[in-house]
Amino acid sequence: MSSSVEHLVSREYKYGFVTDIEQETAAVGLSEDTVRFISAKKEEPEWLLEWRLKAYRRWLEMTEPHWPNVNYPPIDYQGSTYYAAPKNQKPLGSLDEVDPKLLETYEKLGIPLSEQKMLAGVAVDAIFDSVSVGTTFKATLAKAGVIFCSFGEAVKEHPDLVRQYLGSVVPANDNFFAALNSAVFSDGSFVFIPKGVRCPMELSTYFRINAANSGQFERTLIIAEEGASVSYLEGCTAPKRDENQLHAAVVELVALDGASIKYSTVQNWYAGDENGVGGIYNFVTKRGKAMRDAKISWTQVETGSSITWKYPSVILQGDNAVGEFYSVAVANGRQQADTGTKMIHLGRNTRSTIISKGISAGEGQNSYRGQVKIMPGAEGARNYTQCDSMLIGNRCGAHTFPYIDVRNASSDVEHEASTSKIGEDQIFYCKQRGLNTENAISVIVNGFCKEVFRELPMEFAVEAQKLLGVSLEGSVG
Amino acid sequence: MALLHIDNLHAAADEKPILNGISLTVNAGEVHAIMGPNGSGKSTLAQVLAGHEAYDVTAGSISFAGEDLLDMEAEERAWAGLFLAFQYPVEIPGVSNAYFLRQGYNEIRKARGLDELDPIDFYDLLEEKLKVVEWGPEIMERAVNFGFSGGEKKRNEILQMAVLEPKLAILDETDSGLDIDALRIVANGVNTLRGPEKAIIVVTHYQRLLNYIVPDFVHVIAGGRIVRSGGKELALELEEKGYEWLTSEAAVA
Repeated sequence: MSSSVEHLVSREYKYGFVTDIEQETAAVGLSEDTVRFISAKKEEPEWLLEWRLKAYRRWLEMTEPHWPNVNYPPIDYQGSTYYAAPKNQKPLGSLDEVDPKLLETYEKLGIPLSEQKMLAGVAVDAIFDSVSVGTTFKATLAKAGVIFCSFGEAVKEHPDLVRQYLGSVVPANDNFFAALNSAVFSDGSFVFIPKGVRCPMELSTYFRINAANSGQFERTLIIAEEGASVSYLEGCTAPKRDENQLHAAVVELVALDGASIKYSTVQNWYAGDENGVGGIYNFVTKRGKAMRDAKISWTQVETGSSITWKYPSVILQGDNAVGEFYSVAVANGRQQADTGTKMIHLGRNTRSTIISKGISAGEGQNSYRGQVKIMPGAEGARNYTQCDSMLIGNRCGAHTFPYIDVRNASSDVEHEASTSKIGEDQIFYCKQRGLNTENAISVIVNGFCKEVFRELPMEFAVEAQKLLGVSLEGSVG
Repeated sequence: MALLHIDNLHAAADEKPILNGISLTVNAGEVHAIMGPNGSGKSTLAQVLAGHEAYDVTAGSISFAGEDLLDMEAEERAWAGLFLAFQYPVEIPGVSNAYFLRQGYNEIRKARGLDELDPIDFYDLLEEKLKVVEWGPEIMERAVNFGFSGGEKKRNEILQMAVLEPKLAILDETDSGLDIDALRIVANGVNTLRGPEKAIIVVTHYQRLLNYIVPDFVHVIAGGRIVRSGGKELALELEEKGYEWLTSEAAVA
């Protein structure tokens, strides 16, 4: 008799449509000229061009990392386009001037950009391929002294802030993909919360890859000054295409003394089809620096991408700094995810918490990779790590690679790990109570992820639950 | 028309025969006890009725409320009003009892063409049903069976039964692992759910539970067959004599 837990075809990716819009793109390939082209397009100051070129030259000397537990054919870095933007981009006075086709695209994605229709209390920056197409609620935020704009705009309007903090957490030569991003990054979001200000609304960036054969290299920089606080959420989707597309982003967070940054991600890039054709390579560097009494919290729900390589990290530099990482990562179909975090304890009495929930289904391979490093000066530092894996079916894999490096005897590090197989008994129990198989899986998996979902901003927790249901739909039959 | 009619049921797990020709008719309003030694096939019968995929039905038929039960998925059997109180209730971490039960309750209502109940109305219903098992509302926020004691798990099964109001409830060794107080609560709960429209099958090793839930019929299973049927006095006879006289008779037959 056939086992009830076996793979069937996944359901359609509902964000897989393409927007037909005239594009302006850079020539295919990557050289110093490409870097200059992008910088010129964005009318950047000389120092930034130099910064990019330096990164590019370093990148040439670096090699792509192959230590992650993922497999993919070699990437042809000369075969892709590094800049794509909808044509007729003028400086926008207001959202009314945005190309209606773009507004329509975001409507279709469930992200209406007109402020009347927006979720109350959430400001959105919409990034379409290489550029930001609009930011909502800017005036409201400005009143509180909060700057929330596209990265390109920040370079023009707030060059000193950008220059002071760009690369201060993730240096241009940090790693292969970060160096690539530093050379060719196109746009992204910029957030600045001045001293003592609690950002009056949730901030959100919505990333959309549309152009074919192009990479997306966005750069996000969030600065919370002393005592400031902000909650930020990013969402991502892309059309279904047969070729793989590279997404190499860099996110830097700076939390000064007593500041607090909560950064949430709902990543739903196209994952490729059931045979592993197409999908986004999501190779992302995210890191935050927490000064004295500051707190940085990463929450991620990673359901998309064919390959994920991502380790949102916190450098706990100041005394009493707090770092948190809450993650749900799904690998279904042929998806491969190698994700986790790094918590680097430098200050005294620094604390970090890692809760990782990996779900593997179909032929998906899910790896948790996490580093906890307690440096000699981190007196009384504490870390708690909980790393749970769930397997659905018998052709998927879950892997755990914890790195624990403790150089201070007064610290306290805990690591708990579990692996469970979604039981036929659990499913049968749910079915006997009237739930069909898909509902049963959804209930069981959502229960498994509860500790992470409750960290998401309210408006998005429900979305994330639905998304998870959709990603796993059809994973058992 | 019988609520449940089992005819010459044969079932196997991993090609090993376990049920070897069970025939049984249960009418609405009746309580049947199924007894028998370990490994006789009692629990298998309960699992097969509920639609567990680990068992293959190799021969025979089952009709339930006029429909072919073997043609139905496990959840369709639940929608049709069949309930199994599990011998080993399953834990579902992170999912609250209230949420879980509301999902099941609403799925069953949907299948019957009724409107779903919102969380507030459902809560009112729950408050009533909690009295059946003498529980306070705190239990509803705990994850389904997670960290529950053996007795709490069994009580939770009865609570679920009270909420879902099945036409046929099958209690699979619900008495095992219960202390005397929990046994009383569980049995009282079951008795309040008895009615002329409903039937109950009690699967048990011991006569003890039948002092509380008094059956109309008692059947003894051995070797995957019903070897003796009788009234409630049969249970007392078994208590006194054990199973051996029946199982050896079965072997001879």
